[in-house]
Amino acid sequence: MILEKTKLALQNLFPALETKEALTEDTSKEQDKKTQKEPRQNGLLQRDYSVHGYHLDAQVAADQLIEAITILDEAKYFIESITGVDWIKEDQLEVIYDFSRYDFDLCRVVIRTRVDRKKPIVPSITGIYAGANWHERETHDFFGIKFTGHPHLIPLLLPEDADFHPLLKDFKA
Amino acid sequence: MNSPIELQPDETFILNVGPQHPATHGVLRVKMEMNGEYIVEAETVIGYIHRMHEKMGEIKTYPQFLMNLSRMDYLGALGYSHGHVLLVEKASGIEVPERAEYIRAIMVELNRIASHLFWFGAFVMDLGGFSPLMYALQDREHILDMLERVTGSRLTYCYFRFGGLYNDIDDEFISSARRFIPRMRKSLKKYHRLVTGNIIFRKRLEGIAPLSQEMCRKYGASSAVARGSGINFDVRKNEPYSVYPEFNFDVPVFHECDSLARYNVRMEEMEQSLRIIEQGLDKLPEGPIMPAKKPKLIKPPAGDYYQAVETARGSFGIRLVSDGDKTPYRLKLRSPTYSNMHLFDEACRGMMIMDALAFMGSLDLVIPEIDR
Amino acid sequence: MKLTLLNVVVAVVVAIGFAALNAAYLVWAERRGAARIQRRPGPNINGPFGLLQPPLDGIKLMAKQLTIPGGADKVLFIAAPVLAMFPAIMSFVTIPFSDTIVAKNMNVGILMIFAFASMGGMSLVFAGWSSRNKYAMMSSVRAVSQSVAYEIPMLITTITVVMIAGSMDLTEIVHQQSGSILNWNIFPLFGNSHNILMPMSFLIFFTCTLAETNRAPFDLGEAESELVAGFHTEYGSMGFGLFFMGEYANIVIGSCMTTILFLGGWNAPLPFLGFIPGVFWFLLKLYMLIATFIWIRWTFPRTTIYGLLNLSWKILIPLSLFNLLFTAGLIKVF
Repeated sequence: MILEKTKLALQNLFPALETKEALTEDTSKEQDKKTQKEPRQNGLLQRDYSVHGYHLDAQVAADQLIEAITILDEAKYFIESITGVDWIKEDQLEVIYDFSRYDFDLCRVVIRTRVDRKKPIVPSITGIYAGANWHERETHDFFGIKFTGHPHLIPLLLPEDADFHPLLKDFKA
Repeated sequence: MNSPIELQPDETFILNVGPQHPATHGVLRVKMEMNGEYIVEAETVIGYIHRMHEKMGEIKTYPQFLMNLSRMDYLGALGYSHGHVLLVEKASGIEVPERAEYIRAIMVELNRIASHLFWFGAFVMDLGGFSPLMYALQDREHILDMLERVTGSRLTYCYFRFGGLYNDIDDEFISSARRFIPRMRKSLKKYHRLVTGNIIFRKRLEGIAPLSQEMCRKYGASSAVARGSGINFDVRKNEPYSVYPEFNFDVPVFHECDSLARYNVRMEEMEQSLRIIEQGLDKLPEGPIMPAKKPKLIKPPAGDYYQAVETARGSFGIRLVSDGDKTPYRLKLRSPTYSNMHLFDEACRGMMIMDALAFMGSLDLVIPEIDR
Repeated sequence: MKLTLLNVVVAVVVAIGFAALNAAYLVWAERRGAARIQRRPGPNINGPFGLLQPPLDGIKLMAKQLTIPGGADKVLFIAAPVLAMFPAIMSFVTIPFSDTIVAKNMNVGILMIFAFASMGGMSLVFAGWSSRNKYAMMSSVRAVSQSVAYEIPMLITTITVVMIAGSMDLTEIVHQQSGSILNWNIFPLFGNSHNILMPMSFLIFFTCTLAETNRAPFDLGEAESELVAGFHTEYGSMGFGLFFMGEYANIVIGSCMTTILFLGGWNAPLPFLGFIPGVFWFLLKLYMLIATFIWIRWTFPRTTIYGLLNLSWKILIPLSLFNLLFTAGLIKVF
């Protein structure tokens, strides 16, 4: 099953974490409870599909991003979307990458990465998935996240000379 | 037809297609660098109808946001609403009565046929055949009349509620739907005789804009764009939701990868939607349309939720990041046409402008859905 | 019939009047025909059956402001619509509507008509070039290449008929087809031609007429969904009106030529029907052909430019050349 293969492949990105804990939905629920108090740490979680709508949830550091995405590209996932979330209380911006599959071996994977809110810099994945071009431009429009290596990072949906980022929580129109 | 000659800077000219243009189906601008009739580079400029629905999602409460969903893809609005209500019901744990689910599926399939009819008429009109548009719109009027009796709107529906529907269907709707199905089948035969078999039409579309499976995967294409390239992907079958597992229908897949394959996929989809409606009407259970207990205030528990549905244009996804409050913390709308349109820039290099515009028509674009 | 100056002037004025009236009311016929094909009523508000629509449209067009884009070449810009209308109307002078009804019969009638038709092609270039608009320029490039490509099979097919008739005089060509319907040039074996391939010639000529007049499925020059309005994008008011009327006048001329060359002109289909005047038969055939033009336009989508040019250079020209040689051979032998 592709779910197991991807899980193992992604787990290799986090050698430091305790792998003696089996990765089940219960650990995810514990992790959720922990996240309410402090920001979530890097790691891989398996989610309950009937509640959350996706299977695997990996949070990586910004410099591990290209590696994680390459794993998914080789496993023939397609890019669903890229978006951002503004965690103003924790002073972080999160970039969320959604992936899914075309065949009947369903496995939805979500890759997240958190960056500092003052200097949000994330490497661009347009070299791996050409479709990330517009998604990253839109995320840059809405949150101000800079994607290094992006060929053409100008506003997509906002006017060309826009210098504001509407989806930030402290944005005043 | 890629030009092997090095082009001097003054040998090409820039042609702006849009934002006001009869063929772009909305406010879309494509900056094309042309060498005579051939496109050297194309750059799509969008954002002319950007209304920031995602910000509205953060400001409005969940019930207030219900009406926003139909304003994006106005031709296939019920599919969008379906995705949204399924997501919130999944997150909050609201049970939906079975009758409501069946009626939702029937309505969504009727809407899908209406959207495909409009696409069909507009597509053939782009290619120069003006009459099929009128026939398609006439068939679409039947559907809109049926839907208007029940939902109250012809185009921008706000019919689904969290937990079910707000208005039940009556016998008049069921009988007119049953009358509609054979009528539509006769119309489809007429369209196939008039358009699909026409040699001029076939020559316009055969071999135009081949999209490889790899390209579809890199861009995340769905619906007819992927199914016309041989990828068997339909969210109703790959990731079943609602009552779709109960229905017996096929997913049309064609392997030629060209515009004619995409056209054929959508024509076949109409037939399959008719099958679903038939089965839905046969299996329709009695019962309530709203759950007995529903929370007064919708407040999904804190966390991250995702729902994907198959709309007329592809795999529509909503992501909800909730912090337990009555408005979402973040609501992301993944529109299928956004990913489909993205292909255009890379795929149309070296094409003639006529073929590029035929290709755009075969992608089935609704610009407000791209721009949200 | 003594030809006085007055006779000639009256005849010419009547011919031009017929042309202009046709051009105006063909718009009405097209709109009603299109509407019927599309299952809607069409113009039916202004006057009975909408018959007052063309004059009212004409008044509206004349009342609009005539704008010339800044930077456009004024002389060519204004000359183009006039050049579109003028040759078509002048060609009417030589067309014989019946034995005796012809403004000025010339014994090189065909040559004159084709000369005027080529002049009409220039208006496309003038319009597209002088508008200073990329869409217009692109469309006039397409229209010119289409015009040139389709003139050739048209001329070759005409030469075939001229060879059979032995004269370029239009009245003479029709006289050769008198008798019964089987004597018309379209039918093989029984007609003068003894030539099996004549129906093919008729189809080639008909297709070329469709292409020369920029009618669908060959209307790339005005392809509305791609190039906004093609070479007449920048024209409003009477400029547009003149282009429109010129196109319909061309259609009438093309149908007249098809009738005369292939369908027997003003000859009745059966000899005993000869008491009905020839004009009636001529107009009947003419309007049936025009109705076919309208029918074809609203049924078929547009061809691509390379499909169009391929059809002409690779299919129509070889076929018509072959027919020409075949006919020449037959005439030599029989």
